Amino acid sequence: MDDLKNKYLTAINEAGDEATLEDIRLKAVGKKGEVSLKMRELGKMTADERQVAGPKLNALKDEINSAIAAKKVALEDAALDRRLSEEWLDVTLPSRPARQGSIHPISRVSEEIYAIFADLGFAVAEGPQVEDDWHNFDALNIPPHHPARQEHDTFYMHRDEGDNRPPHVLRTHTSPVQIRTLLDQGAPISIIAPGRVYRCDYDQTHTPMFHQVEGLCIGKDVSMANLKWVLEEFFTAFFGTEVKTRFRASHFPFTEPSAEVDIQCKWENGTVKVGEGDDWLEVLGSGMVHPNVLKAGGIDPDEWQGFAFGIGIDRLAMLKYGIPDLRAFFDSDLRWLKHYGFNPLSVPTLAGGING
Amino acid sequence: MKFTVSWLKEHLDTDASLDDILYALTDLGLEVEGVENPMDVFKDFEIAKITHAEQHPDADKLRVCKVQAGAGETQIVCGAPNAREGITVVLAKPGTYIPGLDITISVGKIRGVESFGMMASEKELELSDEHNGIIELPSGEIGQSFADYLAETDPSKVDPVIEIAITPNRPDALGVRGVARDLAARGLGTLKPLKKASVAGGFANPISVTIDESAKDSCKVFAGRLIKGVTNGPSPAWLQDRLKAIGLRPISKLVDVTNFFTYDQNRPLHVFDAGKVDGGLTVHLSKGGEELVALDEKTYTLPAGVTVISSGGKVESIAGIMGGLETGCTDETTDVFLEAAFWDTIAIAKGGRALKINSDARYRNERGIDPAYNMQAIEDATQMILDLCGGEASEVTVAGQVPDVSRAYKLDTDRVQSLVGMEILPAKQIATLEALGFTMDGDMAQVPSWRPDVLGSADLVEEVARVESLTLLEPKPLSRPIGVAKQIQTPMQIRESMARYTAAALGYNECVTYSFVDEKSAKLFDGGSDAVKLENPISSEMSHMRPDLLVGLLQAASRNQARGFNDLALFEVGAAFHGGEPGEQHMQIGGLLVGATGPKDVHGARRDVDVFDAKADAEAVLSSIGAPAKVQILRDTPTWFHPGRSGKICLGPKKVLAQFGEVHPKTLKEMGVKGPAVAFTIFLEQPPFPRGNKVARAAFFTNDLQAVERDFAFVVDKSTAALDVVNAAFGADKNLISDVRVFDEFIGGSLGEDKKSLAITVRLQPAKETLKEKDIEDVSAKIIAKVEKSTKAVLRG
Repeated sequence: MDDLKNKYLTAINEAGDEATLEDIRLKAVGKKGEVSLKMRELGKMTADERQVAGPKLNALKDEINSAIAAKKVALEDAALDRRLSEEWLDVTLPSRPARQGSIHPISRVSEEIYAIFADLGFAVAEGPQVEDDWHNFDALNIPPHHPARQEHDTFYMHRDEGDNRPPHVLRTHTSPVQIRTLLDQGAPISIIAPGRVYRCDYDQTHTPMFHQVEGLCIGKDVSMANLKWVLEEFFTAFFGTEVKTRFRASHFPFTEPSAEVDIQCKWENGTVKVGEGDDWLEVLGSGMVHPNVLKAGGIDPDEWQGFAFGIGIDRLAMLKYGIPDLRAFFDSDLRWLKHYGFNPLSVPTLAGGING
Repeated sequence: MKFTVSWLKEHLDTDASLDDILYALTDLGLEVEGVENPMDVFKDFEIAKITHAEQHPDADKLRVCKVQAGAGETQIVCGAPNAREGITVVLAKPGTYIPGLDITISVGKIRGVESFGMMASEKELELSDEHNGIIELPSGEIGQSFADYLAETDPSKVDPVIEIAITPNRPDALGVRGVARDLAARGLGTLKPLKKASVAGGFANPISVTIDESAKDSCKVFAGRLIKGVTNGPSPAWLQDRLKAIGLRPISKLVDVTNFFTYDQNRPLHVFDAGKVDGGLTVHLSKGGEELVALDEKTYTLPAGVTVISSGGKVESIAGIMGGLETGCTDETTDVFLEAAFWDTIAIAKGGRALKINSDARYRNERGIDPAYNMQAIEDATQMILDLCGGEASEVTVAGQVPDVSRAYKLDTDRVQSLVGMEILPAKQIATLEALGFTMDGDMAQVPSWRPDVLGSADLVEEVARVESLTLLEPKPLSRPIGVAKQIQTPMQIRESMARYTAAALGYNECVTYSFVDEKSAKLFDGGSDAVKLENPISSEMSHMRPDLLVGLLQAASRNQARGFNDLALFEVGAAFHGGEPGEQHMQIGGLLVGATGPKDVHGARRDVDVFDAKADAEAVLSSIGAPAKVQILRDTPTWFHPGRSGKICLGPKKVLAQFGEVHPKTLKEMGVKGPAVAFTIFLEQPPFPRGNKVARAAFFTNDLQAVERDFAFVVDKSTAALDVVNAAFGADKNLISDVRVFDEFIGGSLGEDKKSLAITVRLQPAKETLKEKDIEDVSAKIIAKVEKSTKAVLRG
């Protein structure tokens, strides 16, 4: 029996492929295999002989079966190894190209602004970009022929002969949204109104189209000191560092008192750092809404008061993300879009942070 | 508005430093835009004395000087003929910047002799054009700063010039007087009283003045007098210096007097050469067509309705804007007619705009000068003319009446504090207003005549606040909404964001392009009508509101191709304009794919973009904004798409959600883009918004019964839409069929040129019991019948 065992184990061990192995299996433990035949002989044995030979044969059969199974795995592994070694690829080759999209800085910064003002309780309002004269000027306390109108560098829409209405304008600011929203919703109210605005001006630092966000907050006792707080909270959240503001008296027809607002900054090698240093950078105009504007919005100025401000979104984007040239915002140079653009899956939230 | 500190001090008695003045100006709302302080230039020069001068050994015209300076003796080689022992000079040590030469002086060797600095001429210091020699000072201590020396001996030479920006509401601050008044109110000194001249007329004014009925609204008052026997010519140095310092060119005594009053008290005046005036002066409105050569030597053809001054039936002056050249004063003028008038601000603004004249006079008259000063101005200016030019003044002739602009508004000291959010004591508020020229009568503040901008109580608040200083404002928290911040964006705004993020996630780069495009391009996209035309575009490239975002994207693609970038995926979200009225705009997202899907690569993945790329991306964006999945695809797309390779995604024939396709080759050519190019436009407002705010999903249902898929191939006309076949198959058993997909299309070959074969897979998902072969055969027969019936298809054998 030991001979049998040695014979088959050796054969199994030496088998070079699965077919040979199957052949051995049939010869050894197949129906007519040597071991099987020997097991048939058990019936002819005495009970005592059977008592000895039976377990031995069974053990032999098990041993051969597991040797075959083990050899089979070994052969498979060897075959797989051979295949895999032939399947070598140069993985330093580039992967299949995938386009990488991007979000424009203006969209990004707008959403950052929404996130911050949502927390302060401001809703987002919108209005048309082609505006009538009344909403863009009259209602904002800029009567016809007022010098302030000239300073707006307004784009006028064409008027057909015979149409004697004052020409419509491309809104010169987002302030007309104040009027539309006040007429629509009344007071109290806290809104921001982002969007495109237009001025007939084109040079190193001006483009004929840019983006503004208007803020409007009307209540019973809303003051300019509240305005300062809101703006400082906003800038601090937006720039991610504590930012002080300085209010300087100024004049806008639609606010009274009016202030230009500077933020604290430092100039270093031609670039500006917000929230540090002793310099001041003018970033927005603001003030307490003029009683005439409240009246135009259907609000009683004896009962309600509040502030308004307008910030350039493009300018905020330039300051925060270190973008030097305004004109490039609207040029769609692919290199610029990729360099200054943002990952579409990084959406600014207060929870996840608003820095892109 | 420019002025010098010494001019300011004519009106303001102050010891305040320049820095304090500058700070206060900006803080008061008179924003400082620039300062030129000659002290900064001269402070590095020092007074020194030549103790010894001898001939340079190797140069005839050079002298080697020993110069005694504050830090001791130094040697300087000097070429000036007057460089000699004993004179007091202005020394520039090495490292000093010389403004007249625009160099910084350094230690040098001149013909072998070392020189440590230079001695300056007046020209080198830009004090004058004098360059015949170096400055010889009559006095001065060795080592003293030249700046300090000038400040003591000739302060006008170191007079700082300040430039401030004046907001449109502050015409009074267009005169030095008004600036001084603001500073005095802030506490930076005391406003000096004005000297009021009074010149009695020696004879009756021979030049009559009439305000024609047509100009009654535009000319409120016109006063004038003749001054005869004057001697014109260059102004005295003090007046020339003052005008030059603020960038004005001195012209002649008579003209300089008017410029002086313009800047001193914001009081434009006009002087006619009376010898050239033919009879009396009439103020009237132009009829249109009259011509006038104005003082700027340009010829203006007047439109109708401009206020003008005529004599002898001829227009001599554009009232309040610019005088005529012919009657202008020259050095030969002996008789001068002095005019002080008060014009309606709107009339001036309209006239100035119509004629496109931007003069100092227009600027001031349209913002509003002080009407109450009109008659005194005549006296003050007469006195100055008599002082400078001699002559004799007539009586003053007046037409019209000085308008009464008196008005008063209530000062509510509590409301002031509530609006500003700062404690400002009532007494302080009143003191501020009084310092600005308001007169208080109880709580009523009478507005000074030079403040046309103050038109209500709110304006009083601004005056009090700005003089108090908004810099002192302390932030106060705004009461915030209690609880968790609410969603603030509207469903439409969120839709825009989703569309934007989805497009970018699909690999598109977001662009922001101008809302206006050129007419030719706009017309290619069904736009470019007069309704959306700008009256005053900045260029012909930006003349019409864009009808579709693809215009800007194709232009962007063209620019990028010119830079060598040919494979592009660009998109934009924004408004397109279908009309010129407010609200005639709609939100789009436009996407553009140009060139290949990617760069050349080892995997062979690169291929040209095609219509199904655009369709897939349009569908992905539509899906992200919640548009229904079941849509129609219609074919009649706009002209800028390839007619055979484009479609509209619709809910019914009129509700177009999006259009996509290859861009028409002609459009590409016109836009200068090398194809292939495919695009989509989605009309973001069009997909219906969900009603209510139900957020819970429908119940989730699955069954474990085996689904079965069966394939069918139909032969149809080449023009038959695959979607019709799919819809027909779906219709065979709406309960059992869960999906129908086209998986193959084969055109022509043995089928014939106008036929194609479409192969579809139909997935059957039973709900109650496993399908038996019989069930499958039944539904298959229904599918075949339905497809054959509705699309004239034949099952392919």
